[in-house]
Amino acid sequence: MKFLKFLGTRIITFVLVIMIGVTTIFFVPRFMPSDPVENMIGQMISKQSNMTPEAIQLYRESLSDTFGLEGSLGEQYVGFLKKVFVTGDFGPSLAAYPTPVMDMVRRAVPWTLGLMLTSTLISWLLGNFIGLLAGFRKNKWYAKILEGMAVFLYPIPYYVFALALIMIFCYVIPVFPLSMTLDNMAFDWSTISTILKNSILPALSLILVGLGWWVISTKALTTSVVEEDYVYYAKLKGLSQQRIMMRYITPNVALPQITTLALQIGGVFNGALITEILFGYPGLGKLIYTGIVQADYNLIMGTITISIVSITIATFVVDIIYPFLDPRIRNT
Amino acid sequence: MKFVNKKLKIGVSVLAIFLILGFIVPLFGPENPTEWGAYLKNMPPSSEHLLGTTSLGQDTFFLLAHSINNSFKIGIAVSLIATAAGVFLGLIAGFKSGLIDRLISLLTDSFIVIPSLPILILLSSFLKGTASVSFIVAILALFSWPLPARQVRSMALSLRERESISMALFSGESMIKIIVREIFPYISGWTLANFVNGILAAIAAESTLAVIGMSSNSTATLGTMIYWANQYQAMLGGRWLWIGTPVVATVIIFISLFLTMNGYQEYMAKRRGKNA
Repeated sequence: MKFLKFLGTRIITFVLVIMIGVTTIFFVPRFMPSDPVENMIGQMISKQSNMTPEAIQLYRESLSDTFGLEGSLGEQYVGFLKKVFVTGDFGPSLAAYPTPVMDMVRRAVPWTLGLMLTSTLISWLLGNFIGLLAGFRKNKWYAKILEGMAVFLYPIPYYVFALALIMIFCYVIPVFPLSMTLDNMAFDWSTISTILKNSILPALSLILVGLGWWVISTKALTTSVVEEDYVYYAKLKGLSQQRIMMRYITPNVALPQITTLALQIGGVFNGALITEILFGYPGLGKLIYTGIVQADYNLIMGTITISIVSITIATFVVDIIYPFLDPRIRNT
Repeated sequence: MKFVNKKLKIGVSVLAIFLILGFIVPLFGPENPTEWGAYLKNMPPSSEHLLGTTSLGQDTFFLLAHSINNSFKIGIAVSLIATAAGVFLGLIAGFKSGLIDRLISLLTDSFIVIPSLPILILLSSFLKGTASVSFIVAILALFSWPLPARQVRSMALSLRERESISMALFSGESMIKIIVREIFPYISGWTLANFVNGILAAIAAESTLAVIGMSSNSTATLGTMIYWANQYQAMLGGRWLWIGTPVVATVIIFISLFLTMNGYQEYMAKRRGKNA
């Protein structure tokens, strides 16, 4: 029963989050002071002077369609929802005419996903490990140094890490390439090594961004778990330090951190966007940026809508995993 | 002053230096430090230009001071609105309970998990870097109220059960009077810490948008300074002072804001007689 109630609340929140996100995206063009379509056509013509009148007319129709500016507000809203959840058709891209926006999004998603998954996992494991250590051996000198470093890392915004890494490893000591050049997409060693070489810095900056928070929060949790009676009892029983740490403390600290992980996904995605833009990494962030630079609004609307829907789903999935890992919730 | 800790001392002192740099130093500089071509381009540091000049012919030192000023102003404005709205909604949710509480809580939880940056980018992409500062403040505030709201709500829930509050309620005090007289003193310390945290978050959000050219490009902030430096290939040209100083300043400001907030919370906890 407890689980069903938990699931129910989560599903309601999940649906509401997606609706708020999609509704915001729907209303943004309508709250703009000038006609968004004419505004964008103007921006496009100034960027791409070689557009033919026919292409402009086609694009005007496509944009009115993308924003769903035909019909009453209710009809427009329903049409937009259909586009997001059923057809997934955001029209052609201008930057890569006539490739459909969805194709470009589909190509970019694995890159962003791969980057986010690896860096979040490493950051979470490393941060929890350091936090556990710092909380368990609170009075040792290295615990204090590790926590001090985390306090310095935590408040720094994402773009600073990316910029600092670029400055150091692309200019001062040029060991990594500045932007990715993939000659062929063949599945061989050279492709893999290029991808790895280009992904190390973006991944490193994302790992650093998350690390501070994980260390600080895990340390706080550990400190409170260490003071629990059952840990004291385990010590009196004469159990080894390792056993106490692995069996008594780690599960009680790591489990709540999975819920926190769900809350952090949105933030990690924000970080990934900036990191990708600054590193020229070919994921969703780069795609949004391309859309902005080239005034390609089909691309911007499509990418942002898909990002929000997929990040919310990811958050929901991680949130739902929790009860399956926690025996206290699972068995009641 | 007995409980003032090291974190708070360091945080406040460094913050004070940057506030002086941001709010007093610009008074001695050029009237409009963002003006292009006011000085010779790419000059090395000298007694006249402490940090040299940029490739756009601006004095780097005064541009930095001006940027810090604007970043702080944006941060303070956003945090004021967000903290006020958050505390207000959190108090209502915590005290009214029932349907209103559930609605506010759902809205708060949704806003917390929604990835805000794509929406912020979408909003500002319509204005392409020509957004006014007040517009930026408004949209940042829109995404900053949920965290304080959630925390104030949980505090209000526990406060409601206190005897002093029940006593006041039973003796017929009005709800508003109770909130102002009995509740607010409890949460005011927390509100101040949250206000500092809000400044931090708002400066981070604004500069993040600005670095990719999505804020108000003509207003000098820490983010737009980096944006312009990047636009003019400051890294490739080795103009480290131009691109480096805003990055370093951002890092130091954030660490000092964080230490101030953290230290203040510990200070409050100690004063209440707890060991945080």
